[in-house]
Amino acid sequence: MRPLAIIGIGQTPVDEHWNYSLRELAGFAALDALNDAGRANVDGIFVGNMLSGALSGQQHLGTLLADWLQQHQAEAVKIEAACGSGAAAFRAALMAVASGEMDSALAVGVEKMTEAGGSETTSALATAADADYEAGVGLSFVAINALVMQRYMHEYGWKHQDFATFSINAHANGARNPNARLQFKITPEQYAKEKMVASPINLLDASPVGDGAAAALIVPLEMAVGNPKAVHVLGAASATDSLAVHDRFDPLWLSAAALSAQKAYQMAGVTPKDINLFELHDAFSIMSALSLEACGFAERGQGPRFAIENDISPTGKLPICTQGGLKARGHPVGATGMYQIVEATAQLRGEGGANQVPDARIAMTQNIGGSGATILTHILGKSA
Amino acid sequence: MEVSRHWRLKQQRYGLVGEVCPNCAGKIFPPRDVCPHCQAEAKTPFQFGGTGEVFSFTTVYTAPAGFEDQAPYTVAIVKLDEGPLLTAQLTDIENSQVEIGMRVEMVTRKLREDGPRGMLIYGYKFRPQVAVALA
Repeated sequence: MRPLAIIGIGQTPVDEHWNYSLRELAGFAALDALNDAGRANVDGIFVGNMLSGALSGQQHLGTLLADWLQQHQAEAVKIEAACGSGAAAFRAALMAVASGEMDSALAVGVEKMTEAGGSETTSALATAADADYEAGVGLSFVAINALVMQRYMHEYGWKHQDFATFSINAHANGARNPNARLQFKITPEQYAKEKMVASPINLLDASPVGDGAAAALIVPLEMAVGNPKAVHVLGAASATDSLAVHDRFDPLWLSAAALSAQKAYQMAGVTPKDINLFELHDAFSIMSALSLEACGFAERGQGPRFAIENDISPTGKLPICTQGGLKARGHPVGATGMYQIVEATAQLRGEGGANQVPDARIAMTQNIGGSGATILTHILGKSA
Repeated sequence: MEVSRHWRLKQQRYGLVGEVCPNCAGKIFPPRDVCPHCQAEAKTPFQFGGTGEVFSFTTVYTAPAGFEDQAPYTVAIVKLDEGPLLTAQLTDIENSQVEIGMRVEMVTRKLREDGPRGMLIYGYKFRPQVAVALA
C-alpha cells in the first residue's frame, strides 16, 4: 500500500445554514479543499453522511456532489457509518488511493440537520442504534449514552460535576474558533445547573446538532514531495463492536476504540506519549472519558481524573478537541469525522489560529459511529 | 406504520423469547442467530423467565417522535437472571425511585400509539418485582 498525504482541506462554519442546501454545503467544503490543493479535478469522491435520506429526502450523495462539482470523470459514492460516516469516508478514500486504484480522492463529510423539527431529528439520530431493541422502546441516542454514563458513575464513584472539565475545555476552544457553532465559554456553575436531556446527561454534556461540511484531498505521498502544505497519514484503522450497548459484555469499555487505536499506533510506529493533540469524539462527556481510557491515555475508570489533573487545553499536556470538539464546534453527525481530520491537519500546518498547539507534530483523531459501535482512529504527522 | 416489523417481533415483545446456544448453552437475548459467547450458530428458541435487576437507567426528558407524550419516562438496561442485558422502559415506579441493582420483572404494556388512527404497539416493560416489593 502506498503512503499518503493530505494536500488540501476545506470547511464551512457549523451553523443553522437556512440559506444553503446539502449539496451547496458539501460543495463549499469540497471546492475549498480543491482550491487549497491547487487541483482542478479528482479521481474519486467519497461522501460521508448519515441523515440525508431521513431529513432531506435525498440519497445518492456521491454522484450528487460529483455532479454539483462538475467532476463527472470521478467515481463517487456515499459512505454511511452513523456519526462515524465522516471518518469512514476518509478511510475509504485512503484505501482507494493507497491501493493504487486512484491517484487522488476527495473525502467530504456533510450533514444538514436543521431541515426537520426536533423530535424528527432525534428519531433520525436514533437510527444509529438498534431499531428493533433500542429505539423501539423509546430510547433516544442521548439516552443510550446516559445509560452508559449512569453505570460508569455508579461503578467508579464519579459525580456529574467531575465531567465538567471536558465541556469547559471544549467551549473555551470553541470560543476561539470562528467556524464553531457555540462560540462562548461556560463556567462550572452553568454546567451544574443546565437542563437535563436524559439523566445524568444535561445540555452541557451533549454536543449540539448543526449543518456543516468539511473536506480533505488525499494523494500518494510521492506526489506531495516538497509541498509545504502536505500532512502525512501515518496511521488509519477502523473497528466495530456490538451495535446495541446491551449486547456488550462490558458496556463501559470501548473495545472498538482500543482495537482501532492499537492498529493505528502500530501502523504509525507511535505510542500515546507521542501524540501532541487528540481530536476525540466528545458527542457526550462520558465518551471523552471512555475514549481516553480505551486509547491508553488514562487508566480504566479514570478518564475524568485525567482531564482534571492534566491540562487538556491547546497549550496543555494533551490538548483535546482543540477547535471546540463536537461539544462546541458542533456535531453535524456525518461531517464530524471530517471536521476532526481538517482541524488536525490545520494544527500540523501551523494554521490552528488562536487554538494553535505549539510545536504540533503528531495528531490523532477518533470518530465514533453509534455508542461505540464503529470507531475509526487516524494519526497524522507534520511533513518533515 | 411498520406493521410487519411489529408482527415479526411479537414473540420477543410479548414472550421474551430469545435463543439458547446448542454449543455452549449460552442464553441470548435479543436473538441474533450467532452466539456471542462462542460464535456457533444458535437458533434454538429459549423463553426467558422475565426477572432480573437494573444494570443502569436514565430518565428521558427529550423524547423521540412517538414517545413525546410519555416524557419524562425512565428507561433501563436490565440484566436478566439468565445473563443477557436488554433495554426496556420501567413502569409502575416513580422516576426518582429507580436504583441500580433493583429487582425487576417483565410486564406487557403499551409502548406507544402510532398516531390517532394507527396501531397500538405493545411490548415488554419492567416493574419492581412484586414478590420483593411485598416482602
